[in-house]
Amino acid sequence: MKTLFALLFSCCLLSLTAQAQSGVQKAIQKQLILTEDGETIQLDAGTFTFTGSLSLEDKKNIVIRGQGMDKTVLSFKGQTDGAEGLRVSNGQNIIIENLTIQDTKGDCIKTMNVNGITFRNVKVEWTGTPGPDNGSYGLYPVQCQNVLIEDCVAIGASDAGIYVGQSKNIIVRRCEAYHNVAGIEIENSLMADVYENNAHENTGGILVFDLPDLVQKRGGNVRVYKNQIRNNNFDNFAPKGNIVAGVMAGTGVLILATNEVEIFENQIINNKSIGTGIISYYFTERPIADTAYYPYPTKINIHDNTYQRERGYPSRKGRMGLIFRFKLKFGKDVPDILWDGITDEKYARPATMDICLRNNAGATFANMDAANNFKKISRNVTAQDCTLQPLTDTKLTLK
Amino acid sequence: MKILATLAVFLLSVAFTLRPNEMYVFASGQAVPENLSEWGFFAGKLADQKPIDGVLPYRLNTPLFSDYAEKLRFVKLPAGQAVQYNPDDVLAFPVGTVLIKTFYFPTDFRDATKGRRLVETRLLVHETNGWKALEYVWNTDQTDAVLEVAGEQTEVAYLDGEGNAHRQTYVMPNLNQCKGCHNRSEKLMPIGPSARQLNGELAYASGPENQLTHWQKHGLLTNLPALTDRPKTPVWNDATTGTLDTRARAWLDINCAHCHRPDGPASTSGLNLRYNETNPTAWGILKTPVAAGRGSGGRQYDITPGKPDESILVYRLESTDPGIMMPEVARKVTHREGVTLVREWIRGLKAE
Repeated sequence: MKTLFALLFSCCLLSLTAQAQSGVQKAIQKQLILTEDGETIQLDAGTFTFTGSLSLEDKKNIVIRGQGMDKTVLSFKGQTDGAEGLRVSNGQNIIIENLTIQDTKGDCIKTMNVNGITFRNVKVEWTGTPGPDNGSYGLYPVQCQNVLIEDCVAIGASDAGIYVGQSKNIIVRRCEAYHNVAGIEIENSLMADVYENNAHENTGGILVFDLPDLVQKRGGNVRVYKNQIRNNNFDNFAPKGNIVAGVMAGTGVLILATNEVEIFENQIINNKSIGTGIISYYFTERPIADTAYYPYPTKINIHDNTYQRERGYPSRKGRMGLIFRFKLKFGKDVPDILWDGITDEKYARPATMDICLRNNAGATFANMDAANNFKKISRNVTAQDCTLQPLTDTKLTLK
Repeated sequence: MKILATLAVFLLSVAFTLRPNEMYVFASGQAVPENLSEWGFFAGKLADQKPIDGVLPYRLNTPLFSDYAEKLRFVKLPAGQAVQYNPDDVLAFPVGTVLIKTFYFPTDFRDATKGRRLVETRLLVHETNGWKALEYVWNTDQTDAVLEVAGEQTEVAYLDGEGNAHRQTYVMPNLNQCKGCHNRSEKLMPIGPSARQLNGELAYASGPENQLTHWQKHGLLTNLPALTDRPKTPVWNDATTGTLDTRARAWLDINCAHCHRPDGPASTSGLNLRYNETNPTAWGILKTPVAAGRGSGGRQYDITPGKPDESILVYRLESTDPGIMMPEVARKVTHREGVTLVREWIRGLKAE
């Protein structure tokens, strides 16, 4: 009798919970719509299931606050409506903190056209084995200004765990990213400081990309420093067609066609294929139709990093795997820093493209000479032994 | 009893901190009517949707696909005011204008006499500080529709034009989602009623007439050029109104370009599907995706000329997975006929 009673109770509790939670979804969405500028939206501790995206539009000085990273969990498992978990558009000084967002169909948190966006102590994750059905981005500010991402965790994104795109004035610090295709990615963005993060066991640890055909054309002044970038040897699971699907497993840092990037005082350890890669968009062999796009990386200053790599073969997978096996033929002796060597004859110093490498402990180098079908691969770093003016630090204007 | 009390506490703790039934207000501070009937747009039985004088029905040549819902559209201009003609963009309706759109499902698409179910009425109200979107959800008795800030969903059932039975979830937007599409440089804006979309006939009580001509005659539209000088959006599924190219571009324009335009929310993608975009890369030809994620479906380009099955655009139009499909909101089923049109169009495109 007692058992039966307990059973009945648990079944009713479950059904009531489900109902209450769909009510919760509506209630929180209503609050996100009706909240007035300057208010704080407090979320209780517990795991809440949502079937549709939540959104905040046209608001100023709003805080969305949970009770703690693993205490307030918004789960979107089985989501049926909208792609994101939470979307914030056209705002000013928005803070999202102390919560977890899980298992969204698309991106976990996307913010667009927000001036002043803070993610603090937020976890974004896809639970289970990482795979191509996971959403693209964990934290995804795009076309934002004054972006602060600190003490966050991103796990399992089929593109980038933490991705800042087409934005200006950015700090990403003390975050952890693992089991993503890209741990942290800064794309077509200006003035970014990425420091004291731990990017490990991704396909690629930290990426700095400039891509064509976008609204914000040119990124730059990106500083990546004092990060732990280790064991980023996870097999690439990005859906084909995406630019990150071409990132080789075993990539620590990859700079694609970006100008003014400074990489320093990082620990770049045991990334088995490309400790640090510097490549032009031509290297991707994708077509370029955008006439305003500059496809070469220039003014790249890589100094005072520590490199370590256990002797062994790089990844054998994908197009890059083939290039390593049949063109580069490094065997087990894979250089830490690789430049494609594709140069722009119109650039002021075409021989070096202002790519400077100095004082990197344990680092070996190769110029792949990709423009000439890898004919004259050079391991001599002398031409690249130079230094550039340090880039300015990023200052945020946050309320 | 004790269990009930425990449950109550549990439910309370689940609920987020909520303020009591808050009123939704206009810029003027006046409360937004709770019921559609209070607006007084219609005479007689509300569900009959018979507009009063001054509330004018209209239609678009190529409308947005909304899960096969049919739509009744009305415009109410402020008394004595007119809107000025322009050839390209949505008409610049004056402050005080209300656009009214009622969504319904016929019981049987082959036979209107079998009745219909109204599901929602959306209003766009032009206030002094810009447009405001309002959502009214029809009650089951079909006597009125009630303001719903946070959206709603329901099941709809109907027989389609071939007599096949359909049952599907129908989602009504919350007010933030309205701006997901009605967004021009972060300002809420109407999408449909441009001169080129209105340039077609409608059966008025007085007989069929070109809508623009009718509007002009009734003092609602000024600066209207002669009939032959007015641009016209073709009807997407009527080959007598335009070429395959113009009809496909018209369909993409109304279904995609509210976001995929340089001043729309999908500008981040670099994909611009406006009918007047001339750069082939911008409308997807051999354009690589930017942040498509699994929306790429493993395909290389947005549009691969001649190859719809290798085009991301088609993959996303066909999908109903919320992480893949386009448009990303306000769609639960695939627009089969629309996809067929886009497929034919891509098949006919030649690689340079």
